[in-house]
Formats: sequence, C-alpha cells, structure tokens
Amino acid sequence: MALPHDPDPKLAQYAHPERLVTTAWLAEHLDDPGLVVVESDEDILLYETGHIPGAVKVDWHTELNDQLTRDYLDGEHFGALMRAKGIGRDATVVFYGDKSNWWAAYALWVFSLFGHADLRLLDGGRAKWEAEGRPMTTDAPERAVTDYPSVERNDAPIRAYRDDVLAHLGEPLIDVRSPDEFSGRLLHMANYPQEGALRGGHIPGARSVPWAKAANEDGTFRSRDELEALYGGEAGLAPADDVVVYCRIGERSSHTWFALTHLLGYEHVRNYDGSWTEWGNSVRVPIERDTEPG
Amino acid sequence: MTETPLPAALAEIVDLFATSPPRDRLELLLEYAQGLPPLPARLAEHPELLEPVPECQSPLFVATDVDDGDRVHVFFDAPQEAPTTRGFAGIFHAALDGLSVEEVLAVPGDVTSRMALTEVVSPLRMRGASALLARVQRQIRERVSAA
Repeated sequence: MALPHDPDPKLAQYAHPERLVTTAWLAEHLDDPGLVVVESDEDILLYETGHIPGAVKVDWHTELNDQLTRDYLDGEHFGALMRAKGIGRDATVVFYGDKSNWWAAYALWVFSLFGHADLRLLDGGRAKWEAEGRPMTTDAPERAVTDYPSVERNDAPIRAYRDDVLAHLGEPLIDVRSPDEFSGRLLHMANYPQEGALRGGHIPGARSVPWAKAANEDGTFRSRDELEALYGGEAGLAPADDVVVYCRIGERSSHTWFALTHLLGYEHVRNYDGSWTEWGNSVRVPIERDTEPG
Repeated sequence: MTETPLPAALAEIVDLFATSPPRDRLELLLEYAQGLPPLPARLAEHPELLEPVPECQSPLFVATDVDDGDRVHVFFDAPQEAPTTRGFAGIFHAALDGLSVEEVLAVPGDVTSRMALTEVVSPLRMRGASALLARVQRQIRERVSAA
C-alpha cells in the first residue's frame, strides 16, 4: 500500500511532488507499514555508524551491480535482493544517503529500471536528517522476507548505452561533471580516485551543467524556478527534448536525471551510466576538449 | 609464488580479516575506524604538515615521523563521515606505528588485497587503502634519504 504524499508546500511546486519527501514527513511516517527506508552511501560503512531507525542498507557497488559483467542485476537477482531486504513490490521506498544523495538518487534510478512504482527521495539526505538532530540508531532493522517477484529490467526508457549515445550525437547531452573534468584538464573528479579513463574531455555537443547546481547548500533541491532557469535557460533544454545525462560512472548524473525527470517533468531523459569511464576509454569515439559546446 | 612475510601486527590483522566471515569484516573495519587515534596537537594545529591522499574517495591526510630510535610513527586524519577511509587508516596505524623504517618499507604493496576486504568493500574503494600505504612508504623513504 502506497503511503500518502508529503503535502509540504516546498514540494508542491515540482512537476512530481510525490517523488520527494521532507525530513519532517519521514519522521512522522517512519513506523507506517508499507514504508521502507533505504540508505545508499558512497561510504560503505557509514550506515553501520548509525542510520535512520528501521532503514535498510543497499550498497550500489556490491549489491546493485552485477559482480562479473559491468551491468546491473538482472530481474531474478534484483527480486532476490528485494526479498532479502524485506522490500515488497508495492512498498513505498524512500531513499537517502551521503554526498547530497548521489548514491541514493543512483539507487532510486536503478530501482526505476525494474519498474518499482513508488520511489521517493529524502530531500536533503542523510546530512539534513542528522543536522536536525533526528534519531539515528545502530540497531539492525527487522524486516520480514517478502515475495518480491522477478521482474524484467526495462532499460530503454531511462538508460542509454554507448551506442545509443553515438546515435544521439547532435541531440541534447548534459555533462554533469566538474568544469575541469569537462574541459579535459582532469581525468577524474578532484580528490577522487583516477578510475582509469585514458582520454580527457567530453562528448561532443554536451553542455556542462555540474550536478551540484541543482542542490542547495544543505543538499536539498533548488526551487523549481531555479532549476528551470538552470536547465531550460542556461542549458537550453525543453521539457519535450530527448536528453542524455552522464558523469563518470552514472551516479552524479542520476541526481540530475532525478531533477529533470521528477522535479521538472521532462519525459525523455536517459542516464548514460557507462559515462566517462566508458567513453574516455572507447576506441575511436569522438571527444571534444574545449570548454564550449560544439 | 611465495608471499612476502608481513610484520607480526600486520600479519595478525590480515589473518583476522581473512578468517572472519564476510558479514563480520565490515564490523571489524568499523572497529578500526573507531580506534583511529586523534592527531597529536602539533599536527592538529598545523594541517599543512599533513599530506592529502587523493586516491581515497573521502579526504584523508597522512603524516609520518621517524624517532631517534629509528621507529616509524604514522598519523592519519579523516572525517567521521568517512568511516571506510578511517578504517583503512586505523588498520595501518595499528599495524605500522612503532615498526622500524626497514620493516615499514618492506611491507608489500599487495597487502590490502590479502585482507579479504575487496569482496565486501569493492575493488574501487580498496584503491584508497593501497594508496595510503604507498604514501606512508614514500614519505619514510624521503625522510631516510634526506637524513
């Protein structure tokens, strides 16, 4: 059973207010049956140091990715993961995490590939919940195993592969990495590991809109007007556009995918999760290294 | 292929991780994160003396010292919200602090892969741990050659 939507006025401005919840709403609904809170972090141990009471942990790297092929779980393994985590197919799932919800948005996007209906993000993520002094616990959640079915993953509507991007050249592309990664000066994010890209730069024609521009200082999303000025104004996108977003492995671009799809109501946004760690290593794909879109 | 022998404390830690069930390895890493001692005041007040380790996903800073008895001392600083990074730092602090220069330099670079953490932490996150050891060893090497 899906939970009621968060009626907070800040959320009402967005195209799909039902996709976000505030910390206050979550605190009030924590014990509701039908709700599962999922923490997804960059740091794999952060959950163990304390988490929102009842929240289950889903790790992007060790749980959502196939450990052999560079791909996500298939429907059978995703179903098994959901059953083990105690997440039912009709559950309302609220994601939150560190780093302004990068990995929470990424997990939400991966869950979307499996057509899970009610997926929401906690506006402001883990940092806001903690900053407000809300309860945290190290107690392991007790959730009963569910009967989550094996559902076919449906990538096409929201996921782009390398060849899709090649066919998309000339259409709107948003590069959400930092300006130095976009220009080719850096092969990776400042202060992050070099993940092995052999070439620096960006996909030809991409517009640079660093993901963080969509977030306020406290990690919450900017207002709808600000987001429209950013993506519609500066980046020149229109809600009916066919848009592909990318970063280095698809996590920061999941955050942007969420903003475009759920907050602004764009209907054709795909996340290219191969991103720069694939494109920057691919033989004979075109690359640009200037700072202006081509 | 024979593996390079490890200093006793490090060998014990590697063994502890390798013989723990996967589920317990994260808990163990968390204990090392919690056991990482705070920086001594002289370093806490002078962060410029610490070297950043950019290979770690979260900010990590390292400083080293060799005392009159040729013993190595290592100092790490990482934010509380980065427990994995703190855990690696805690392991190396427990394993290396107080060893001789020779012993620290002899630690093989592949030691982190022997810890059986890769499958629970992921290879990408393990890179930071290897980089951390490499920084410590480079600093010590520079210190010794400058002396």
